[in-house]
Amino acid sequence: MSSAELNNHVVQLTTEDRALIKAVERGLPIVSRPYEAIAKQLNITEQDVISRLQQLIDNGAIKRYGVVVRHKELGYTANGMVVWNVPDDQVDELGTCIGKYDCVTLSYRRPRRLPDWSYNLFTMVHGSDRDEVTRKVAEIVESCGLQNIEHTILFSTRRFKQRGASYTEKSVPAQTAINDQSAKLRLVK
Amino acid sequence: MSSSNKSNNAFSPLEQHLLNDYQRDMTLSATPYADIAEQLGVAEEDVLQSIKSLQERGVISRVGPVFRPNRIGVSTLAAMAVPEKDLECVARIVSAFPEVNHNYERDHEYNLWFVVTASSAEHLDIVLYEIEQHAEYPLMSLPMLDDYFIDLGFKLKWAN
Repeated sequence: MSSAELNNHVVQLTTEDRALIKAVERGLPIVSRPYEAIAKQLNITEQDVISRLQQLIDNGAIKRYGVVVRHKELGYTANGMVVWNVPDDQVDELGTCIGKYDCVTLSYRRPRRLPDWSYNLFTMVHGSDRDEVTRKVAEIVESCGLQNIEHTILFSTRRFKQRGASYTEKSVPAQTAINDQSAKLRLVK
Repeated sequence: MSSSNKSNNAFSPLEQHLLNDYQRDMTLSATPYADIAEQLGVAEEDVLQSIKSLQERGVISRVGPVFRPNRIGVSTLAAMAVPEKDLECVARIVSAFPEVNHNYERDHEYNLWFVVTASSAEHLDIVLYEIEQHAEYPLMSLPMLDDYFIDLGFKLKWAN
């Protein structure tokens, strides 16, 4: 299994960008001048912080900027990961249709892993309880015309971990392996 | 179609505005919280206090950027089928990796689902391999291929 194809879309970042991302990925300080606080930490100017963040918004690296809510604490205690087995030539159309609903927060195409896993469209549906999620899924089936598309709902039963992604932290084994690899590469050269 | 919310009474009008109206397009000015305060006709201090309170109550995880998948790093959704007796232990091993940001049990044969985010594809492959080695169960990696969701934030509906 390789993730190499994922590298295609990765935005090349400078060391300064990485430091900035590390400073903001867990959230802005809740103080009157948050960018000034970050700037001091990074030893750059407040205006630098703001304009670099603007660049990351402009080049699409940041898709949304604001308050990040946690659904469960807001009373949306049920979330169903609804997975669909959609014919390949219909995924774009149906994924877009499902993605438009207010109760939906994700609509992704992912690979099948046959024979173990045949579902290729993943959507996240939120509700106050399981019945509500099930009702919403039924509405979506009806209005997007998914009556003949096989689907199943995977309800979450326990949350072991939830936080914003870190793009800068590395586990010890990963750090070690990466260092080993670059050491090997240097030897080859 | 709308989402209903059972615990709306727990939030003041200011908190409801903060939760609903500022999930996107927050201004990149030097004083973002003062800007919000001005728009809502309240004092900046009230905005700062409300955000801190919502954060302490776990209702908001943070204020700031949400990064687009696979742009500044790479990520994948991973699944494992783990017998119930080992699930707690395996979940703990998985969650201990800083590259894992979400980790949920779901009611399916594949019962452990987690998101792994790394700085590069190579880093991601190493972490997936290490997780498999430590957890001692095979891991199914399902990276995102297309994103059909226009993220406008989550619309909250307050019962009247």
